[in-house]
Amino acid sequence: MTGGLEGPPPEERPTPAGKRNELGIRIDPAVEAARPTRRTVISALVEHEPGVLSDVSGLFSRRQFNIESLTVGPTENDDQARITLVVEESDPGIEQIKKQLRKLIPVIAVRELEPDAMRRELALVKVNATRPDRVAAVADMFGGKTVDASPDTATVEITGARQKIDAAIEAFSQFGIREISRTGTTALARGTDDTATVEAQHTEQPTQHTVPADDD
Amino acid sequence: MSERATSVSPRADTESTPQDDTTAERTPVTTGAESVVRALENAGVEYAFGVQGGAIMPVYDALYDADIEHITMAHEQGASHAADAYGIVAGEPGVCLATSGPGATNLVTGIADADMDSDPMIALTGQVPTGMVGNDAFQETDTTGVTKPITKANTFASDPDTVGDEVGEAFALANTGRPGPTVVDLPKDVTLSDTSSTREPAPPKTPSTYEVRESADPDIVHKAARRIEASTRPTMLLGGGVIKGDATAEARAFAIEHEIPVVTTMPGLGAFPEDHELAMEMGGMHGTGYANMAITHCDTLIAVGTRFDDRLTGGIETFAPDAEVIHIDIDPAEISKNVHAEYPLVGDAATVLEQLTTEVRTAPKATKWRAQCQQWKSDYSMAYKTPDDEPLKPEFVVEALDEATSDRAIVTTGVGQHQMWACQYWTYTEPRTWISSHGLGTMGYGLPAAIGARLAADDDQEIVCFEGDGSFLMTIQELAVAVRENLDITVVVLNNEYIGMVRQWQDAFFEGRHSASEYNWCPEFDTLAEAFGAKGFRIDDYDEVAETVEAALEYDGPSVIDAHIDPHANVYPMVPSGGDNGQFALTEDQL
Repeated sequence: MTGGLEGPPPEERPTPAGKRNELGIRIDPAVEAARPTRRTVISALVEHEPGVLSDVSGLFSRRQFNIESLTVGPTENDDQARITLVVEESDPGIEQIKKQLRKLIPVIAVRELEPDAMRRELALVKVNATRPDRVAAVADMFGGKTVDASPDTATVEITGARQKIDAAIEAFSQFGIREISRTGTTALARGTDDTATVEAQHTEQPTQHTVPADDD
Repeated sequence: MSERATSVSPRADTESTPQDDTTAERTPVTTGAESVVRALENAGVEYAFGVQGGAIMPVYDALYDADIEHITMAHEQGASHAADAYGIVAGEPGVCLATSGPGATNLVTGIADADMDSDPMIALTGQVPTGMVGNDAFQETDTTGVTKPITKANTFASDPDTVGDEVGEAFALANTGRPGPTVVDLPKDVTLSDTSSTREPAPPKTPSTYEVRESADPDIVHKAARRIEASTRPTMLLGGGVIKGDATAEARAFAIEHEIPVVTTMPGLGAFPEDHELAMEMGGMHGTGYANMAITHCDTLIAVGTRFDDRLTGGIETFAPDAEVIHIDIDPAEISKNVHAEYPLVGDAATVLEQLTTEVRTAPKATKWRAQCQQWKSDYSMAYKTPDDEPLKPEFVVEALDEATSDRAIVTTGVGQHQMWACQYWTYTEPRTWISSHGLGTMGYGLPAAIGARLAADDDQEIVCFEGDGSFLMTIQELAVAVRENLDITVVVLNNEYIGMVRQWQDAFFEGRHSASEYNWCPEFDTLAEAFGAKGFRIDDYDEVAETVEAALEYDGPSVIDAHIDPHANVYPMVPSGGDNGQFALTEDQL
């Protein structure tokens, strides 16, 4: 088989000096590209309608975004719901998440929250109740309360930041944990700062918020 | 068709007055199905492609009296591709219909195809009655669930009073901003039920949460203009968005005024005339060597309406590595998705190109660069040999069709080697004349697409469908439709009795082991065409080509040319998957 194409073969062609990294960003070819990820909270205000949660969760699985938690609930407006997402991605990944969320038709507004935003989780922890007084004392230490007690069990409710709940669960483990149920993170911006605003979507520069280790 | 406002009624400008006049005379809308069909009429729909079935019967019953011509296809996949191609040519959403269950799932390939290529399309699917949804009823499929990841928007209709509004909204969404497919799932009880009033469905309008940005940030336009002025090696990259955004005139004017070499993506074929000296033609995996050299060595890449698909970029690390990227796109999520854009310009392609045109005051000083590009065009010119002792070359057949047809002739293709030869050896000069399955790569796309294109095209536009023998067999049953509707289309099967592209890759990367790519038997497509009632032709030698092509084009109706080509012909140049565009191979031993 003879082809008809001619011209300098690959090894005789000029090669460009530059290089891009795997994110398509031009880099100094001599420098190895680092791609640090960070954890951040994204809040989406959405139309309260069937299918919107599957829109959002489907988006994250399809585009392989790394999601840590997702919560959804009603808001002050009956027609709207708020979805709070904790994600861990590189800066370009976080920008892509925000843009892709905004593309979904039922999504009204998307915002990455400031590091000082109020963030809370709820955990229900059911332990063996051989020492109910000591269970109550540990619950107290974490600002929790006992919500159910039976001859054999005690169930405690704890709210707070993730790290605090992790610590509480560790403290309860001494009693023998039977079951745990945790919600994901829900969050609101502080003060008069609105959690979901319809912002200037297309010109913003990548934000550099990183959630601090503990905000409580 | 390009929309310039945030919330848009696609046909409001042209249709509002006559629509108001005719509304009074029309029979009032009394059922959900009538509301669905009225919404389509109000949107100006002329054709719909589909297949009947149980759950969609009420809609078909309402279509019976409607001013919409329905084309019954042989298979729902054919309906989806026909609607897709209709949408590309018409610049208005193509409409397809199917029943629930298998009808809807058969549409899925075409919906995914339209989604990947941002083609405007609306699919209406029947569904089992609301009360049976979730019970695994006969022909029940979770159509909105199945199509969610492959649609721009989809909805499950639940109320006969609002179903027409939802169809209008789906129509508007399909064609506003970045186009795409939308689905409205229609439970049979909703379409059968009486409406509570005879209110007309609302005119097509996008929902309030949907926003489209028209013009780009002037500050970034200003900076991009300075970059273009300072550039010494500028290149434009025109994608399918230039054509869909009706920005061809603006893109051409900008390139020609500033003498900037132009590369197109595969969906961008026709955005710039390939017979112009600035045309570097198609870039990417099987693009021209000169296009890939221009992309690889440019210092400024002005990319318009492209999503930087991997078949274009090759390995991202070596894609235009010296270039600062000016990226014009209507979809903000495309900016810096695959290739980082130093100058992100979100907006309508035509509007942003006008902004740039106003802002760029001096042309880049690129005389040397243009000379270099011309040198590459000569070094790597597209050519093929026609030795007497080898079988017919496919490139020759493509060129013969191109020469025998007008500049406005429309080419549709299946997927495979024949598709690439149709890209490389046809000279595209007009937008909306190249109809193919780019992103999804759907074999069998060509024939149903030719049917849709035929109905959207002007009568003087020839429709040439290139297919491969493997690809053609996937949807060949649509010949029955072309014959029944007496559609003037010319199918050219570049027949090598192989799944040729797979065979080419097996030779290059799998030690020539032809696993499941080699046919030891193939139907005679010319006789098969005759059995369908179409006109059949066969070509084996060079001296038969011109005459047969002429006869097939002359024939008023569907014709099929079975062109037996060199079974070992390969597509070059080639950039291997993930490879460096600048290192394209001209022959297999360079891979």
